[in-house]
Amino acid sequence: MVSAFINPDRLEHAVKSVADTVREAAAHGDKFDFGHLLSHMKDSRDVELPFVHFQLPELPPMHIAGLTLDLSPTRHVFFLVVCAVLVAVVAIASARAYRKSLIPHGLPTLLEMMVIFIRDEVAFPTLGTAGMRYVPYLLTTFFYILVMNLTGLIPYGATATSNVMVTAGLAIVAFVMIQVSAIRAQGFVHYLAHLTGGVHWGLWVIMVPIEVLGLFTKPFALCIRLFANMTAGHVVVLSLIGLIFLFRSLAVAPISIPLALFIDLLELLVAVIQAYVFTMLTALFMGLGMQGEHEEEHAH
Amino acid sequence: MQPQAIAYLAAGLGAGMVILGAAFGIGKLAAAAMDASGRQPEVAPQVRTSMIISAALIEGVTFFALVICMLLAVK
Repeated sequence: MVSAFINPDRLEHAVKSVADTVREAAAHGDKFDFGHLLSHMKDSRDVELPFVHFQLPELPPMHIAGLTLDLSPTRHVFFLVVCAVLVAVVAIASARAYRKSLIPHGLPTLLEMMVIFIRDEVAFPTLGTAGMRYVPYLLTTFFYILVMNLTGLIPYGATATSNVMVTAGLAIVAFVMIQVSAIRAQGFVHYLAHLTGGVHWGLWVIMVPIEVLGLFTKPFALCIRLFANMTAGHVVVLSLIGLIFLFRSLAVAPISIPLALFIDLLELLVAVIQAYVFTMLTALFMGLGMQGEHEEEHAH
Repeated sequence: MQPQAIAYLAAGLGAGMVILGAAFGIGKLAAAAMDASGRQPEVAPQVRTSMIISAALIEGVTFFALVICMLLAVK
């Protein structure tokens, strides 16, 4: 954008492209089509980068066990992989910097700050010393979700976490980790005993299904919370910008753009907070599961 | 009224009521946090952290309802 101001040719090009878009929107009849704007948010087969616009390959549907699965990659899958590679590369490179000197300069120190924050403020209070083995999982969750959320805010980036299936996948992994940590801390028999809730064996028939259902609500809440937070921000920004096209006049722009800017900054805050909340709640649930054993000891 | 019109109306009214509940809850939460920070400034950072976590949880529940409203409007 700054270069548009410095270079008059670029400025003319930018103005012309905006004018073309407005003209195109006006020429498309009376009804404004939100579908075009929303397509920036939804999953799609093609990926649009600054100078490259390519279609992702369409794999033939696979038939497994009676289901027909379409596993062709989409934009969200592409960004899933891109963010995963980014997190892995940056994290491994930063960790390597510590082999050369005890106090490196730059990015590794920033990452060290965040790692220590997660380890001491999130993991240690909830999990205790026995739970320190799960810190790598919590760190992975935090940085991965953070990078995915932030990718949606840069131009040409798509938020993978605004897809409910992506957050459902993250929630499933969290669910598995919560059960694993509970079983590891308490032993399988104790874990099953907690599912009964300590009532008389006659009531087990109704108690066990309710407890099992209760096991699923927490990761489900994690999933929906992350998904809805990410989607809602984008919907609001797109609606505000779409107001300009809806009213077909540039006079709406001075109201619409600052509001959209403000909501965008809010989205930045929400992206970081939601990554932190997901990680913290996962750690909390794991800690609660691990503490079940001590609870029972106190009851005796 | 056509069922689609009622669905849109319901989605709008629902979203409004959801926001009422959420804003009221988070407002009370923020007020309590301000009181606590004012009384004991040295625990202000911990209060702030708990406030953010509670606000995120309340907003999580808000978004459940908002997703239902979105489903009403879209389907």
